[in-house]
Amino acid sequence: MNPTRKRRLIVVSLILGAVGIAATLTVFALQQNMTYLYTPVEVLGGKVPADARFRLGGMVKAGSIERASDSLRIGFTVTDGDAEMPVEYTGILPDLFREKQSVIATGTMQGNRFVASEVLAKHDENYVPRDVAEAMANAHKKHAVPEAAKPEAK
Amino acid sequence: MNPLLLWFHKLGSPPYFYRLAGRLLPWLWALALAGLALGLYGGLFVAPRDYQQGDAFRIIFVHVPCAWMSLFVYFFMAANGFIALVWRIKLSETLAMAAAPIGAAFTFICLATGSIWGKPMWGTWWTWDARLTSELVLLFLYLGVIGLYHAIEDRRQAARAAAFLALIGIVNLPIVHFSVNWWNTLHQGSTVKLFGPSLIDARMLWPLLTMAVATKFLFAASLLSRARVDLLELESGKDWVRQIALAEEPRA
Repeated sequence: MNPTRKRRLIVVSLILGAVGIAATLTVFALQQNMTYLYTPVEVLGGKVPADARFRLGGMVKAGSIERASDSLRIGFTVTDGDAEMPVEYTGILPDLFREKQSVIATGTMQGNRFVASEVLAKHDENYVPRDVAEAMANAHKKHAVPEAAKPEAK
Repeated sequence: MNPLLLWFHKLGSPPYFYRLAGRLLPWLWALALAGLALGLYGGLFVAPRDYQQGDAFRIIFVHVPCAWMSLFVYFFMAANGFIALVWRIKLSETLAMAAAPIGAAFTFICLATGSIWGKPMWGTWWTWDARLTSELVLLFLYLGVIGLYHAIEDRRQAARAAAFLALIGIVNLPIVHFSVNWWNTLHQGSTVKLFGPSLIDARMLWPLLTMAVATKFLFAASLLSRARVDLLELESGKDWVRQIALAEEPRA
């Protein structure tokens, strides 16, 4: 390799290395700051400042959904396994919203209730055909697997 | 000289590359179109419905391959940019710059289809989570490379300046890929895994992989078509271009 190319190779590699290190440090620094959501146990533990608008994430507790008959108001409980938090929301819910589904609600605490202005459903990375889901549900029923482990058929 | 190295040197010469690309192009287009047709048919008609999302999940057969391509094309562009910066190979400059608009198109399709899917499924068109934001930054990087290339008069200087930007932007690739593992995002984690079993049924997986291969051929075909035109422009006035122009004239 001639000296000019060698010099260029070294300079370009050094710049690339420096940018790489800078990006890595930024990613590590952001790790603490970029909390997209808080879970109920973190909220009850006082990690969220009072009156702050934040995102609450967790699973919709089975059997906790209550719909008002005269409006779009809905109440449900979000759980992370350790703690629970009652949530109130008025508006249209996404298709994936259902019991035992991960949701992310944006809003503020009012008393001990979380009043959401937006509710998003989180999809997991599993794609299962309906017939397989049903077969799995039947097998779970046959072998008496507890409710929580069962995939839901629509 | 070692025959492989010799072939590599020959490949770098514009007339040789122009002829080789011309011979490969019909095959690449045929494979791309056949693959796309098969993948889309498999994805939209043959694959069973998802147990939660019903038919709406079928957008992944476009969204996921385009997302993969947005990263793949960027890596290709940056690697050619690196060669262009260090070895000043004209062909690498041309390939890097020809790849940028194709990558930008894949990124845009990925963002648009994701948004269309996100509205009914998540309940929002857009959210500033790490995966979505870093993919948007990727689109801006592509647009920056295209913009910088066209802002400078001299083609070769422009290509090297833009190649440098492309090379710096490569730090965004791991951020896009690992964002769903590093941070708590609304976007779901990876379904198809290189190591270990994929979290998708085999009847849904094969059209997805077919689409992934077909988009590679689509990229190769578009890239070579664009690079051939760029090479003719860049080398206009040279003997080999004049010969091609003279050979084409009677037909026109």
